[in-house]
Amino acid sequence: MLWNLPYLAVVIITVIGLAAILLKKNLIKMMLGINILQSSANLFLISLGYREGGIAPIYTLAPSTHMVLPTPQALCLTSIVIGLATSALMLSFAVIIHKKYGTVDLDQIRRLQG
Amino acid sequence: MSVLTQTLLTGTGYWNSLAWILGIAVALVIAYLIWARGEAGWKAGTSQTEPFISGNPEPQKRQVHIPSGNLYWGYLEAMKGYYERIVPLHTGDLNDYMTWYLSVMITILVLVVVFA
Amino acid sequence: MILEFVWTHAPALLVAIPLLGAFLCPVIGKISRTTRTAWVAGIMLVSAIVAFILASRVLTEGTVLYSFGAFDPTLTIPMDSGGIPIRIIFTVDAMSAFMDIICATVGFSAIAYSLSAESRNSGLEGYYTLFLLMVCGVFGMVSTGDFFNFFVFLEILSMASAGIIAYRVDGGVAVEAAIKYFVLSSVGAIFVLFAIGIYYGQYDALNMAVIASRIQWSTLDMIALVMLVAALAMKCGAVPMHFWTPDAYSMAPSSATAFLVVASQASLYGLFRVLFTFYNVTLNAATMGWIIIILGVLSMVVGVTMAIPQKDVKRLMAYHAVSQTGYMLLGVGVGLAVLGNQPLMESFGYMAMSGGVFHILNHALYKGLLFLTAGAIFYRIGTRNLNKMGGLGHNMKWTMIFFIIGALAIAGIPPLNGFASKLMIYESVFIFNPVLAIIAMVVSILTLASFVKVFHSIFMGPQLPEYAGVKEAPPSMLLGMGILASLAVIFGLFPDLVVTTLVNPAVHALTDQGAYIASVLGGA
Repeated sequence: MLWNLPYLAVVIITVIGLAAILLKKNLIKMMLGINILQSSANLFLISLGYREGGIAPIYTLAPSTHMVLPTPQALCLTSIVIGLATSALMLSFAVIIHKKYGTVDLDQIRRLQG
Repeated sequence: MSVLTQTLLTGTGYWNSLAWILGIAVALVIAYLIWARGEAGWKAGTSQTEPFISGNPEPQKRQVHIPSGNLYWGYLEAMKGYYERIVPLHTGDLNDYMTWYLSVMITILVLVVVFA
Repeated sequence: MILEFVWTHAPALLVAIPLLGAFLCPVIGKISRTTRTAWVAGIMLVSAIVAFILASRVLTEGTVLYSFGAFDPTLTIPMDSGGIPIRIIFTVDAMSAFMDIICATVGFSAIAYSLSAESRNSGLEGYYTLFLLMVCGVFGMVSTGDFFNFFVFLEILSMASAGIIAYRVDGGVAVEAAIKYFVLSSVGAIFVLFAIGIYYGQYDALNMAVIASRIQWSTLDMIALVMLVAALAMKCGAVPMHFWTPDAYSMAPSSATAFLVVASQASLYGLFRVLFTFYNVTLNAATMGWIIIILGVLSMVVGVTMAIPQKDVKRLMAYHAVSQTGYMLLGVGVGLAVLGNQPLMESFGYMAMSGGVFHILNHALYKGLLFLTAGAIFYRIGTRNLNKMGGLGHNMKWTMIFFIIGALAIAGIPPLNGFASKLMIYESVFIFNPVLAIIAMVVSILTLASFVKVFHSIFMGPQLPEYAGVKEAPPSMLLGMGILASLAVIFGLFPDLVVTTLVNPAVHALTDQGAYIASVLGGA
């Protein structure tokens, strides 16, 4: 059961992230919710890639044990970079919205409707 | 199915654009013949070519233009019950957008699991 | 020599050229306006040519594979890897080639159009950079054979799209639209990433063909499928997840909106790829097919009814885009619902799918055209409010002709292209379930009614005094519209040619899971 602990953490973090996205009326807090959701995805990828006692697949002088491809770590790095770009773009949008609308309350940011 | 005949077989039927154009051309020719039989003796510049509005003066161009907001008033009035429900759903609130997305995801999940 | 190089490396060049063009655009733009214009138009033209070369190669040789970093690009499985493709592989089959052609055509028309449409704005280096990044994202999404790579291109596409939606800040309203689009697509992309993780955890692979060959329909597979279907259906604007569509389409610059239609269809491609190539007959085809059909019918009905009372011309057209996406979902959903039942597939399943897939192409052409005409009107009179328009047919004759072609095509009036694909959908769906076909026809009638209203309020009526001095749109805008309009007419006159050369191979590439797997993994 202990092995599933990281996955349990993934679920809890996902729920926290989704709750922030669904319930928070503040644009910045909602964006933080997306960041939390991204972290849970990263944690998920990293936990998938862990094998106890596994080593990196370097064949020179390798001991005879399991080798683990570092693909999930590579995916996670890519995902972190994408997450950074996402956050930067969203926050820059928030800055413009705050400048033009004078608020970051989602109830006020609804000039497009109907 | 050849390139020359251009017939698109659609399972139970077929569609040939060239035959359709031929048919439309024939119909247009017939329409032209009927139109050409009409009265030709009207005089330009007289009251024969002016719109007849019971002798009232012709209004300004701006006033006879019907803007789009006035079109389909009857349709919108008849469908009022539907539009009163559907338009308020488009709230423009980002939280609602997310709620819809997640609830659709959960609905699909339930359907897929139930019917699996 | 150079042709041979392009022929061999077309899949890589397809992504590399727009990417290079995008990031060099601000540098080249420093030299002068003319060089920037030439650079952007040249890059887009070269990408389009590469896309057509690739498509012709796919249609003559079959699926084209390209392994990045391999000594021989066609070598998908390295000698010592134990039968697993470890490199990133582009797998361009007939469906991908079909989408590449759409992207190249609409992309080129939209760029040609934007050269004068956006010329009055500042910050154009950024605009063209984002535009070429969108082109790169679409090409990548539809060509890649690696699922994580698909996610990366999805993110590139949604970031570039969000940037371009917000490009005309417009008192913050455009930024609001961009936020709505971007928050939704980021969350959708995170769920796509979760699904990738689930596949990797179960099948130790990211390559689509390997996942497809090992897929089991376990509980985790179901969850992954639902995450992918919801995320990709949201990104293509299916009701009730369509709310971002009218916001984003109406606020983006018109040339970008025409391309956003293609961007949505790249997500639609992803949806079909997941359903047919990954799962195919392993999933419960009837349930999933009906889910797609219901999404499609809801999109058709809600999209068109919401379009009728709209005041903003681009918002109205955006709701019609939602409605037309419903036709594609309906056609392909019917095909999915009878998947695995060969007699029914032969009788109407393939035809419904051909109709749905053909409609993707037709929709990209006429909806792109309509958004471009709306942009031309906005360019000349500076408003998108239908109530303030009128009598523009006196001054903008070419725009009016292009609008008529687009409006008749979207309403499915013969002999334009929309009619051919809608006829295929009606006839095949009628055998499956007559009610669905009737709904589809009623939606078409409402579409026509809505465009009659738009046509009347923009072009008809007496010349209004405030628009007396309005001139026709500039030549490059007319060129962009003209390409799409003439293609809409040609595809309408020769639908059989398009269906047999492009659409049917695409549909068979989608439904034949075994051929996709065999093309990458070899053997049968």
